[in-house]
Amino acid sequence: MLVLVTYDVNTETKAGQRRLRKVAKKCEAYGIRVQNSVFECVVDHTQFFQLKKELSEIINEETDSLRFYQLGNKYKTKVEHVGAKTTLNVEDPLIL
Amino acid sequence: MRKLLNTLYVTTPDAYLSLNGENVVVSKGEEEIGRIPLHNLEGICTIGWAGASPALMYACAERNISLCFLSSSFRFQTRVIGESKGNVVLRKTQYRLSDDEKESVKIARNFIFAKVCNQKWILERATRNYPMRIDVPTFKESSKYLTEIMKRILVTEDLELLRGLEGQAANRYFQHFNELILQQKDDFYFHGRSRRPPMDNVNALLSFSYTLLANEVASALETVGLDAYVGFLHRDRPGRASLALDMMEELRSVIADRFVLNLINKKIINSKHFLKKESGAVLLTDEGRKIFLKAWQERKQEQITHPRLNEKIPFGLVPYAQALLLARFLRGDAEEYAPFLWK
Repeated sequence: MLVLVTYDVNTETKAGQRRLRKVAKKCEAYGIRVQNSVFECVVDHTQFFQLKKELSEIINEETDSLRFYQLGNKYKTKVEHVGAKTTLNVEDPLIL
Repeated sequence: MRKLLNTLYVTTPDAYLSLNGENVVVSKGEEEIGRIPLHNLEGICTIGWAGASPALMYACAERNISLCFLSSSFRFQTRVIGESKGNVVLRKTQYRLSDDEKESVKIARNFIFAKVCNQKWILERATRNYPMRIDVPTFKESSKYLTEIMKRILVTEDLELLRGLEGQAANRYFQHFNELILQQKDDFYFHGRSRRPPMDNVNALLSFSYTLLANEVASALETVGLDAYVGFLHRDRPGRASLALDMMEELRSVIADRFVLNLINKKIINSKHFLKKESGAVLLTDEGRKIFLKAWQERKQEQITHPRLNEKIPFGLVPYAQALLLARFLRGDAEEYAPFLWK
């Protein structure tokens, strides 16, 4: 299924900037960056659970936030892209 | 059944593949042209002189992702295989059976039986689908001939004889191959099988699809813990994935031949997508290659009902399903290996 992950990390402090990098890195391991701080991850239930757990361990719940949108398996009809920088879909034929 | 994941094909010459976190990164020079999480991939296949970093090779081997390199003329070059692990007992049984000619014949027989049966099915199906465009009586006659061969295969106890029967069947089947090409007949004419190098458009397509299929079968076998290099029909030769070739026999016509015919008959590919070299060898152009791979990937996503497992699976998982069935037989959980008999 496709999960959209978005995050907001408070970067006023050094620790905040570190958290931001960590969150971005973790998201990158699971999915594709579609915009700054927006990731599309094609994962199964276990992987989704892991991702949620790992991310919530990184952030500081007082100042940062995470949002997960589950778009299911038939997500292709639900996503539309307008404008520059189209991204790869990891389930379409991948020919580079 | 597990989920069929995607395969990444890299056709950009001089691309370099590396590992970044959990991602495979494809770059050309300084520029990054793609980045895909490893957990979405089943395999990576590079064509032309793409290189890969040792870290990526290691990550792929660890996660059971097949990483294979083909030359720009689609000759198979190398596959990266990790440390031997998995089921030792299963592999030892495989070696024992492979050394024993009598036992080998029993398995090889099933591969070849299915191969001929599937070839026959393709001919039969053509008589039903295009009765006005092909010569039905000769097709029917060949179909009967193949049935006779199938009967003889079932009682064969000798590997040499089995290879002979296989050859006869293949001969007869390929005689009709040209008639199965219904569109673009001027550009796609099948004179007979030629390989290394393929000398015409049809053979170029066939060779490419066989290479891809062989690699997919080999990684399926290794996924279930078998040794792709120790075969029953194909004898051992260093560097040859004999078992993969064995198992491919039954899948060739259903998966590869039909795919190639589809490409031609639906005009997905045309004469502009080929290059002729001075040596007479025919190659696909970069664009042709991309179209081919895209169609191949889409074909793998199509759902079929597996005739033996009675379960809906994507076409791309058929090699894996067959590898499972073979492992089941070697483990002693099944009476015999159940080949893929397409209906």
